[in-house]
Amino acid sequence: MEPDTPRGSASIGKAVKIVGQIYSREDLYVDGDVEGTIELNEHKLTIGPNGKVHAGIKAREVVALGTIQGNVEANDRLEIRKDAKLVGDIRTARIIIEDGAYFKGSIDIVKPEPAKPQKGQQSAQAAAGAPPVVNAGDNKR
Amino acid sequence: MRAAAGSLAERLRLLFRGPRPLSETAASPTPPRRTPGRGDKEIVTTRQSRGLEQFFSYIRDQAGLRILDLGGASQANVSFITNLGHKLYSVDLLRSMEETFGGEDPTDQSNAGQIDYLMRQNLEYPDETFDGVLVWDTLEYMAPALLSATLDRLHRITRPQSYMLAFFHSDERAASVPYYNFRIQEFNALQVSQRGSRKPVQLFNNRTLEKLFQRFDSVKFFLTKESLREVIVKR
Repeated sequence: MEPDTPRGSASIGKAVKIVGQIYSREDLYVDGDVEGTIELNEHKLTIGPNGKVHAGIKAREVVALGTIQGNVEANDRLEIRKDAKLVGDIRTARIIIEDGAYFKGSIDIVKPEPAKPQKGQQSAQAAAGAPPVVNAGDNKR
Repeated sequence: MRAAAGSLAERLRLLFRGPRPLSETAASPTPPRRTPGRGDKEIVTTRQSRGLEQFFSYIRDQAGLRILDLGGASQANVSFITNLGHKLYSVDLLRSMEETFGGEDPTDQSNAGQIDYLMRQNLEYPDETFDGVLVWDTLEYMAPALLSATLDRLHRITRPQSYMLAFFHSDERAASVPYYNFRIQEFNALQVSQRGSRKPVQLFNNRTLEKLFQRFDSVKFFLTKESLREVIVKR
């Protein structure tokens, strides 16, 4: 079970309201109101039980215990906990929805891109005559 | 001595009541169970569904389709549909109806402004967006004006040749019928948990259902043991 205010992350308390753009290079816990956008590309965003977020969200991992209205892009995974409410469109690799959670919108599961080989590995492959890798994922639809 | 008494009691029970029904035995494949912590009312069972099997027979060999689920989001349905490679759209239409119209009084469902609001909040999509719709049992709780508006909208936002799966109770004398969460377990099996019971606004037989979906291309019925008509509607 996750603690309410995890240590080692930035935190927005329940009496705080922010209007604008949030960009963070560490994990973020939001228990207040946010309107705008939240971007934590390589980090985890937790919306606490008192959190009300009216924003587009991009993060590695998103855990919702409160309310989100806006589109959510979670590269790794999204959890919508019991009593949470999410209205918006979701793009993520994995999703967990607990019984009692409310969700309205669309869910698009996107497979994570395979890790790109390091420069040294690429030249070693080329030297061994390996065929080039073509990523056709974007041309699917 | 106690074992002998127990055995005597069992023999007497068998003599007067007959053998236990299959559903009480441990070997039953789909024993009803209560979900802990969700109140005493929720009873969960698993059952076969020919309607669901038909629905998936049309979409299982394709990928990248858009499927609309009107029963609200559940982990089971989200996982099942997205694992097939489809994009899932989720709306809890019964909950939205309660929020929009309040209560169960069907006369409240004829307000044109509220019907329009419900459509805009829940079914506002471009024409011919969806390749399949899981309607479940939502339609039988709608008064005629709301039902007509919903079917018009579903007809508009589904693609030609797409399919919808809807359930209707077939007991025409029922004053109150249970309503459910439907969770997909397999291509032909549903886990069904009762959310409560309510009075259906309209009850339909095969003939009235054909009339209801007359704008659509075809209607196919499956009658279940649970007094449900499973209906596959082709757009």
